[in-house]
Amino acid sequence: MSDQVLTGTRARNRRIDLGLRQTNVAKAVGISGSYLNLIEHNRRRIGGKLLRDLARVLDIDAALLGDEVGDTILGPLKEAAAAFPHASVEDLRAEDLVARFPGWAALIAAQRRRIIQLEDRAEAQSNRLAHDSQIANSLHDVISTATAIRSTASILVETPDLDPDWQSRFHTNIDTDSARLAQSSQALLGFLDMEMEAGGAHTDSAMEQAEAVLAQSGFYFAAIEAGEEMQFGDVKETITRTILQGWAKRAAGDADRLPLDAFSQAARAVAYDPARLAARFSVPLDMVLRRLAHLPPSTGGADADHPLMGLAVCDGAGVVTFQKPVLDFRLPRSGAACPLWPLYQALTQPGRAIRRVVRLPGVARTPFECFAIAGPVGGVVFDAEPRINATMLVRAARTDQVADVVGPGCRVCDVANCASRRHPSLL
Amino acid sequence: MGHRVLLIEDEPNIIEAISYILTKDGWTVHTHSNGETAMAKVMQGVPDLIILDVMLPGRSGYDILRDLRAQAETKDVPVMMLTARGQAKDREMAASLGATRFMTKPFSNAEVLESVRALATP
Repeated sequence: MSDQVLTGTRARNRRIDLGLRQTNVAKAVGISGSYLNLIEHNRRRIGGKLLRDLARVLDIDAALLGDEVGDTILGPLKEAAAAFPHASVEDLRAEDLVARFPGWAALIAAQRRRIIQLEDRAEAQSNRLAHDSQIANSLHDVISTATAIRSTASILVETPDLDPDWQSRFHTNIDTDSARLAQSSQALLGFLDMEMEAGGAHTDSAMEQAEAVLAQSGFYFAAIEAGEEMQFGDVKETITRTILQGWAKRAAGDADRLPLDAFSQAARAVAYDPARLAARFSVPLDMVLRRLAHLPPSTGGADADHPLMGLAVCDGAGVVTFQKPVLDFRLPRSGAACPLWPLYQALTQPGRAIRRVVRLPGVARTPFECFAIAGPVGGVVFDAEPRINATMLVRAARTDQVADVVGPGCRVCDVANCASRRHPSLL
Repeated sequence: MGHRVLLIEDEPNIIEAISYILTKDGWTVHTHSNGETAMAKVMQGVPDLIILDVMLPGRSGYDILRDLRAQAETKDVPVMMLTARGQAKDREMAASLGATRFMTKPFSNAEVLESVRALATP
């Protein structure tokens, strides 16, 4: 039996649990008792206002009563049961659990989703730590130096008749190695800090949770293109949901001014040139940058897929308020990014469109073509300070293009003689 | 002259410390610090025991070990692998390629001596 058919069963179980009479419930929602009887026996499908009214009378979230419960609650519940096969969960009665204890069922489902999210994050973090060559080299350096110190110190302690020349030599070695150990330990700490900022321990902020939700959908929602209002009702944290609703509202505004089909076609025609698109549609450049970054990841049709594009938005203090990472591109959250990124250069010159090709230090780094502009946001108020945001679109550049070097962050950037350095390199 | 040990390691102060304790114990120690030319060094005079670091400039210790086991002159020479990584998969890799012993850094001098003595007696 499909989950969809059981909406009536859920309503019936809920009514009985609450001790309500069928006729009273029917009257409260404005339908006949016989019609409610048909609904409760799954012989009539309901939705929209009637579903919401019934949910209100039964004091239950409409999402838990309606068809979508299959995806949002029952699916995760069954996954949770399957993940612990020895727990002897009555998984065939998951429907009953949802109907009788909707709050508990929603909590278990939410925790299941959270567990999956955390497991994915832990795995990703573990992979990054295991495969990041800089961290591996740094760790190897620390351990090798510690080995040399340990071995040399043992010789000094365990060899009372050590020749004075050897003794002096080993003392010098320990001195050299201890200084090197201090330096390589700091470098390792710097790399680990970078990892934490990039995706580790601080990913629980509402902003990052919101971006994680968007990332699951490839930063694209067909509903927005269809003009539907997105509420993100399954996101429990109020702040995260508010951020997502704000994003959806802006995305809807962008979609309204730049309809998907026309914009996609035009973008292909002008090789995704933001300035030409802004002129063609008579819209601000930052809107085009956002719209390009939020094109659907795969059209699935005859047309070629759009190129992968990332986005970063920062406020007047340089704090990244939104970003869509792409390839190696990801700015640190704390405002400790390299000031040479065009995003920050745009911030100092509001209204000036900046196009630059940049790359991170080191060989074989993907060059990025960046388009950035800053300007006031929000309503204009006389004599009030303008609120300035900068927006930057990022996409892979051709590898033969000359690229300026921008750093990952001063602590782990080894670019010498950088006038913008604010912190000595640990490398 | 004691039996010959070839230490292939790129960390100069580890080379110096291990060389000292092995020499003091009666071994003749030769050293080499480049992975790319390590096989040529081995073939100049096949030692009685090879101590081989995994992470070397030019070529990894695993690749060198693979070559050692493929050559008739060196296929039976005991090889003790040194590595800063001690995960199970590293041990498995070393074992599958024919390492005689596997030692994780940081190790003690006593461990090194004990292992060398167990693998070949001077």
